[in-house]
Amino acid sequence: MIAFDDVAVGDSLPGASFPVTREHLVRYCGASGDFNTIHWSQRIARDVGLPDVIAHGMFTMATAVRVVTDWCGDPGAIVEYGVRFTKPVPVPDVGGAVIDVTAVVAVKDDAARTVRVDLTATIPGPDGAGPVGVLGRARAVVRLA
Amino acid sequence: MVNPAFAGRTYPPTPAYEVGREKIREFAEATGAHPAHTDPDAARALGYADVIAPPTFAVLIAQRCDAQLVRDPEAGIDYSRVVHGEQTFVHHRPIVAGDRLVAVLHVDGVRAAGGHAMVTTRSEIATEAGEPVCTASSTLVVRGES
Repeated sequence: MIAFDDVAVGDSLPGASFPVTREHLVRYCGASGDFNTIHWSQRIARDVGLPDVIAHGMFTMATAVRVVTDWCGDPGAIVEYGVRFTKPVPVPDVGGAVIDVTAVVAVKDDAARTVRVDLTATIPGPDGAGPVGVLGRARAVVRLA
Repeated sequence: MVNPAFAGRTYPPTPAYEVGREKIREFAEATGAHPAHTDPDAARALGYADVIAPPTFAVLIAQRCDAQLVRDPEAGIDYSRVVHGEQTFVHHRPIVAGDRLVAVLHVDGVRAAGGHAMVTTRSEIATEAGEPVCTASSTLVVRGES
């Protein structure tokens, strides 16, 4: 477990890369009850102008915060978590996608004994282009002992 | 077009959602499981009475709550045009297996932006006894007809 006094503003958390396949999306459909066809039908996703089936924004949100949970050791310590959904995550049938997550301690609140962790979640750009951010203002507030 | 008269509206509490251990497990396994979501002993070692829900689990309850607005024909929201813009959870305490939770929907805002409509909702999730558990806020973008 991470102690409040051992954390400094600017500290980087261990980042992680999360592979995402169609199977992940189908599982998330079932677990969340969100069966929107753009998350499992390539035909319908393309009909509405998307490049491919896309991950649920809420799946990406849930995946990104694993970096914080794994760092602090207690998912119940996350007292606040918010994101903006800025770009979709296309998940091709073959090869899937990869979401890369990095995180840094941005704020320490000595009175509340909380830290704010700012997250960056990206996917590789198309055709070898640079990374594309898929979440904006992704922030988790964590209460530490 | 989204009906601006819905801004400021508050709904009656939803029927109780009973949080099951196996639903927490299913959700956690779909999003990357931590032992505190699947193993009661691991959760107890962290000081919880039973397994706790992942940080975004409350979306199950919040989206049911939002449906009262989204599925109301009077609100004028075409669900096929809805894109999730933002989501925030403020956890007053972790959700624990066995909780029976009710939610009160608040429509905090309806505004037009660049041909789209932005609808901001807030679900105040609490126990049946009234203990606050989670505040889930979302911004839905309803894309305009192009």
